[in-house]
Amino acid sequence: MSRQYETVIGLEVHVELATKTKIFCGCSTEFGGAPNTHTCPVCTGMPGSLPVLNRQVVEYALAVGLAANCQINQYCKFDRKNYFYPDNPQNYQISQLYLPICHDGWVEIDTAAGRKKVGIHEIHMEEDAGKLIHDEWEDCSLVDYNRSGVPLIEIVSEPDMRNAEEVIAYLEKLRLMIQYLGASDCKLQEGSMRADVNLSVREAGTAQMGTRTEMKNLNSFKAIARAIEGERKRQIELLEDGKKVVQETRRWDDNKENSYAMRSKEDAQDYRYFPDPDLTPVVISDEWIQEIRDRQPEMYTEKVARYQEEFQIPEYDARLLASSKHMADVFEETTALCKKPKEVSNWLMVEAMRLLKDRGQDPEDMAFSPGNLAKLIRLVESAAINRTVAKTVFEEIFVNDIDPETYVEEKGLRMVSDQGALKKVIQEILAANPQSVADYRGGKEKAMGFLVGQTMRAMKGKADPAAVNKLMRELLG
Amino acid sequence: MANIITDETIDYVGILAKLELSREEKEAAKKDMGRMLDYIDKLNELDTAQAEPMSHIFSMNNVFREDVVTNGDDRDRILQNAPEQKEGAFKVPRTVE
Amino acid sequence: MSILNMTALELGRKIKSGDITAPEAARAVLEQIKTQEPVIHAYVTVDQEGALERAAGVQEKIRRGELTGPLAGVPVAVKDNLCTKGLLTTCSSNILYNFVPAYTAQAVLNLEDAGAVVVGKTNMDEFAMGSTTETSAFGVTRNPRNPDHVPGGSSGGSCAAVAAEECFCALGSDTGGSIRQPGSYCGVTGIKPTYGTVSRYGLIAYGSSLDQVGPIAKDVSDCAALLEAIASYDRKDSTSIPRKDLDFTGALVDDVRGMKIGIPRDYLGEGLDDEVRAAVLKAAQVLKDRGAVVEEFDLSLAEYAIPAYYVIASAEASSNLSRFDGVKYGLRAEEYEGLHQMYKKSRSQGFGPEVKRRIMLGSFVLSSGYYDAYYLKALRTKALIKKAFDKAFADYDVILGPVAPTTAPKLGESLQDPLKMYLGDIYTVSVNLAGIPAMTVPCGQDSKGLPIGLQLMGDCFQEKKIIRAAYTFEQTGEGR
Repeated sequence: MSRQYETVIGLEVHVELATKTKIFCGCSTEFGGAPNTHTCPVCTGMPGSLPVLNRQVVEYALAVGLAANCQINQYCKFDRKNYFYPDNPQNYQISQLYLPICHDGWVEIDTAAGRKKVGIHEIHMEEDAGKLIHDEWEDCSLVDYNRSGVPLIEIVSEPDMRNAEEVIAYLEKLRLMIQYLGASDCKLQEGSMRADVNLSVREAGTAQMGTRTEMKNLNSFKAIARAIEGERKRQIELLEDGKKVVQETRRWDDNKENSYAMRSKEDAQDYRYFPDPDLTPVVISDEWIQEIRDRQPEMYTEKVARYQEEFQIPEYDARLLASSKHMADVFEETTALCKKPKEVSNWLMVEAMRLLKDRGQDPEDMAFSPGNLAKLIRLVESAAINRTVAKTVFEEIFVNDIDPETYVEEKGLRMVSDQGALKKVIQEILAANPQSVADYRGGKEKAMGFLVGQTMRAMKGKADPAAVNKLMRELLG
Repeated sequence: MANIITDETIDYVGILAKLELSREEKEAAKKDMGRMLDYIDKLNELDTAQAEPMSHIFSMNNVFREDVVTNGDDRDRILQNAPEQKEGAFKVPRTVE
Repeated sequence: MSILNMTALELGRKIKSGDITAPEAARAVLEQIKTQEPVIHAYVTVDQEGALERAAGVQEKIRRGELTGPLAGVPVAVKDNLCTKGLLTTCSSNILYNFVPAYTAQAVLNLEDAGAVVVGKTNMDEFAMGSTTETSAFGVTRNPRNPDHVPGGSSGGSCAAVAAEECFCALGSDTGGSIRQPGSYCGVTGIKPTYGTVSRYGLIAYGSSLDQVGPIAKDVSDCAALLEAIASYDRKDSTSIPRKDLDFTGALVDDVRGMKIGIPRDYLGEGLDDEVRAAVLKAAQVLKDRGAVVEEFDLSLAEYAIPAYYVIASAEASSNLSRFDGVKYGLRAEEYEGLHQMYKKSRSQGFGPEVKRRIMLGSFVLSSGYYDAYYLKALRTKALIKKAFDKAFADYDVILGPVAPTTAPKLGESLQDPLKMYLGDIYTVSVNLAGIPAMTVPCGQDSKGLPIGLQLMGDCFQEKKIIRAAYTFEQTGEGR
């Protein structure tokens, strides 16, 4: 390759908001459920039905916009985007084109190359589409409108990113920010966060933008990274061959690591946007904006600082705990119950992280209750179980969210605190191992370790090694 | 007639509107649309530079509902008019090529 | 006096006093429907069994004292673009030939809460697009005053049903004159209320920013009572307006002394039939004699209302009607290959020519490159028209004029030339663009014996002024 190319990337990120109900009707947004059981005349496009806007959608959109340093359109409107597709029951999507709720913001990302601002072009509110399920038996598609009308915000970035690393950093930043706001759980796999990648290449040093393509169907950070690399190469090859890049939408197939143009002569891509006459404008007062600002929760940077200050936790640990809103929530809730921040932090950073890694999960997937971890910490603290036992109990909590107190009792894991019983066992061990006793008395400290080990084994681990050690020394004089 | 509607335009609008017109219908549509647009061009006589586009008559705004679930499972009634259905879903010709 | 000759309020009083029962009234209407329908064809669906059942239920509630309103037990008809749960609702279109809604429109619910008994669904121009009820997929409706003539449209079925005594009053909808013009042609009274007064929830949309449901009745009193029953603030309709004063029957006062009435000169000019002009001017004189201050003035912009209206209504319609695609309800073509062909064939078979014409026009004016020139231009024109009305209502309480340039044309005369048919809406569409209330009240007939309607327009929320003027005029007996 003789010429040097620069990649220019902008992102369109769709985020499903964490409202209880859909954007324009009182149907539940809950995941799962048999097809079409969360539907009504409004979200299935029945004739004569009319939309009414969910206030919470506006509040979440505002919260995200403010956190992303956006300007707010204090007079914003909804428009209809007209196109035919069966997942879209009205054959128009209610969205915002002319006056989106937020515009001209930025977020800061950290990469190996340093800090950088990525511009936010706009954020708008819109409704999600239903789901199409392909039926292999009859070679047809089945339409489920349970997701139809679930509120989305679309965050459109400026074309400010230059490589996959920046894209991932930007997405992680958005995700963390939105999770902190409680506006969405932002799960890529489940589709509550979806990113479309707009990418073009140009010769290094030129100011003019190349022709861009839009890549869809990217379900993980890894797929995004691969798709960016694949599309960059494809475009450069085209240009090197003297061909032109066609402006089009392409679908990424992560299994084949390849993309295909989503072209159809039946799609004119002319959406005939116009203001939706069924909805009134949204007017956002200064007071409302201030109210949202006042209600913004503590964000990542503030949390990291507070953990160090309030709990005397090292910066590295604080960052790790705060890098997932869910992890931070578990940390704080458990700490509130057991008042042992360092213990909690240890369990999460060591054992929980190890288990997550083994199981290929994200911190968001931790499903145990803070109460159970707090109980475990208290059991260790009160010397009811030792650390080795505690690790196996933690794993049970992590996987099955068991109550450690009940579990320890049922499995007979509680340490033997009866001094008489312990003394009896030690005496038996001493009697059975005269050589080791002689070695110890002859000055071989190592023999003590062996005798304690034998005692622990006889006790099936349910003794405090320190207590065994102390008692044994007394008995050996 | 000032507005000449071409075959291409009629075909294009047909794609947008998802309407399939017969030969005769197309000819009639070309004529009707052309005449109608000529008539609509009358609006150009009017100086509207000072007028804001008015989509709503009243300056009503912020009509909201609260985020409370009010609807239960109404699937049977939602599906009762479906031309074809299967397993609780609307059945359509396959959508992925 | 037979039951059928009574007005809705007269019947309501007789039912209340126990002289007539609700089932008796329903049976009388169903009998009349049987004899009239072979000629008039005002109904798409007559719900005989349901009507008798509901009448019996209403009668029981009246007996128990739970229903005491003036319309309790009165048989009514509902235009077929208002959803009725469990009862076929077609918009007079093939694409909805078998559609049975899962819910009832709010306006109809309100009417039923008042104790009215729905007897059936009335014929209309397909999706309310037309001025004659001839674009219905289920056959034309004839004008009861002369069956060779159209009843007008699009609420032609509702107006004909009232005129033929096939119901006591009816609901219609008015997007560009669809209550007032057929009301005028059939010699009945109808009101297009201020936008937002009657909920649109359950009204199958044509032009959402212009559509309003309204009453059609035998006289002004019935109209006022019916409007009072159906008007409500509805949280399911974001464009619904909370109004304090819905006491429309309180405006049934025979007195217009001091009322300022303006007649737009633009409404009396070229194109207006001489006999219609004469009847309207005579009505103005009658009101003047009763003490109103009547003068002519220049409203301006009248000729721009039609092009602006057709751009806006068609654009909204093209989007509103895209949901009819053969997926969720209604007609699906029998043979097709693949999704897009299913869409195209279902829609092409399901929609009639006038609907297709407006969908095509609406799609075009919104398409890339034309939005500003057509759609935004029309919205700006709408703003100017609204301003012109604001100015006029600073001077006048009521604006008076004709409803339509002519009386009812003969069947088959109008559809030949769509543009010419659209021009017939010249006096009615600006009311919808400006969102204001207007009504038609009979003001005489032409030499062929066809009714002429007088249009009275008021400023937003001023229905009571036009009702009062209409009532006063009606009381003089000069309209008959």
